[in-house]
Amino acid sequence: MAVVEAPKPSEESNTKTSSQPNTITLRIARSNPSEGQEPSFSEFQIPVQKWTTVLEAILYVKQNFDHSVAVRYSCRQASCGSCGMKINGRPALACYTKVSELNSNVITVEPMNNFPIIRDLAVDFKQLISNHKKMKPFIIREDSEVTPESKEFIQTPQDLEKFLQFSYCIKCGLCNSACPTMATDTSFIGPQGLAQAYRYVADNRDKGKDDRLKIVDDSHGIWRCHFAGSCSQVCPKGVDPAMAIQLLRGYLLGFRK
Amino acid sequence: MRESIIMKIHYGTALGAVALVAVHILMRMSQKFSDSLQYQNVITNYHFLPYALMLEAILILLSVHGFNGLRVILLELKQGSTYEKMINYGSLAAMAILIAYGSRTILMAGMGVS
Ligand code: HEM
Ligand code: SF4
Ligand code: FES
Repeated sequence: MAVVEAPKPSEESNTKTSSQPNTITLRIARSNPSEGQEPSFSEFQIPVQKWTTVLEAILYVKQNFDHSVAVRYSCRQASCGSCGMKINGRPALACYTKVSELNSNVITVEPMNNFPIIRDLAVDFKQLISNHKKMKPFIIREDSEVTPESKEFIQTPQDLEKFLQFSYCIKCGLCNSACPTMATDTSFIGPQGLAQAYRYVADNRDKGKDDRLKIVDDSHGIWRCHFAGSCSQVCPKGVDPAMAIQLLRGYLLGFRK
Repeated sequence: MRESIIMKIHYGTALGAVALVAVHILMRMSQKFSDSLQYQNVITNYHFLPYALMLEAILILLSVHGFNGLRVILLELKQGSTYEKMINYGSLAAMAILIAYGSRTILMAGMGVS
C-alpha cells in the first residue's frame, strides 16, 4: 500500500510567494448533537500551497492532528456533491474551493445551514434526497422501456438546450443551504428539488408534466420562493435554480405550455 | 384551493390595487390636500356612488392581498397541520372582518349616518 506522507513545513518554504502565506489557521466547527455536545471550534495551523483546496486542508488535519473530524467527501473533483459546507460564511464545495482564492489567513469551515448536523461538518441529507425523489426525477412515458426494436428518443440540440443546464445538478445541497425560505420553512421543497422538477418538465421526451406540476403547486411548494436568488449564487455547477423556479412558475401561471 | 389559484388572486389583487389606488390618489390631487380632508368634502365623496364603490373595491383588494400575504409569512415561519389550518381559516376570517368593518364605514357615510 502506498504511504502518503504529510509535507514537512521546511519543504514548503521554497514555494512561498509574496501574496500567499504558506501557513494558515483552519478553524473547524465541531459539534455532536446526538451526544449533546455544544458547537465549538478547533483551530489548526496548516501548511498550504497555491493549489491546496479547503478539503485537502481538512484532510491534512485528519491525517496529522485529529482524525476524529467528521467530514463527508468522495470524488474530490466537484462531481459527487458530498463536500458542501460553509467556508468563511459562504456555502461552497470544499474540494472546489482553493485556500488561495479566499484571500485570508484564517479559514473557518462550518456545516451547511438548513440541514440537521450529524457531527462536525457532516449534515443529514435525508430531506433533500426525499424531496428530490418526490419530483419524479426520471423520464415518464408509456413506452419508456427500450426494446431491441425501439429506437432512441430523438431530441434536437434546441430541445436539449431547454433543460441541459439544469441536469448538471450534483445534489450537493448548497442551494438549499443558501435559501432564506428553507431557513424557517421546514416543509419547503427547496431550490434543488424545484430545479429538478423543471429539468424533467422541460424535457420533450417526458410526459409527466401534469404530475409534477401538481406536486410543486403546494402550500410549501414553488410559491414559497421569493426571488432571493441566493441558490443560483452558490451553485457550483451553474444550474441556476432560481431561473428554473421562475420558468416552472410560467407553466402554472399559463405563460408556458 | 390550489396554491396557484390563491397566488393568482394575490398577484391580481396587487395589480388591481395599484390601478385603483392610483385613481384614488389622483382624485385627491384635484384639490389641496387640506381641503380634501374637510368634513363636507369627505362626506360628498362617500355620497358619490362610483367613488364609494371604488373605495369598497380597494378595501376588498387590499384586505385579501394583505391577509393572504400575512398567511404566507406565517406558513413559512412555523409548520404543523393544526397550526396551518388555524392560519388558513384565521386569515379568511380576518379578511371577512376587515371587509365587513370597512364596508360599514362606507355604507354609513354613504347613507348620511355619521
Ligand atoms: C398595491 C401595491 C402592491 C403590490 C404591487 C404588491 C405586490 C405583491 C407581490 C407581487 C407579492 C408576492 C411577493 C412574493 O411572493 O415574494 C406581495 C406579497 C405581500 N404583500 Fe403586497 N403588494 C402591494 C401592496 C400591499 C399592501 C398595501 C399590503 C398590506 C396591506 C401588502 C401586503 C403583502 C404581504 C404581507 C405580502 C407577503 C410577503 C411576501 O410574500 O413577501 N401588499 N405583494
Ligand atoms: S442546484 Fe446546484 S447547488 Fe443545488 S444541489 Fe444542484 S448542484 Fe448543488
Ligand atoms: S468531494 Fe465530491 S464534490 Fe467535493
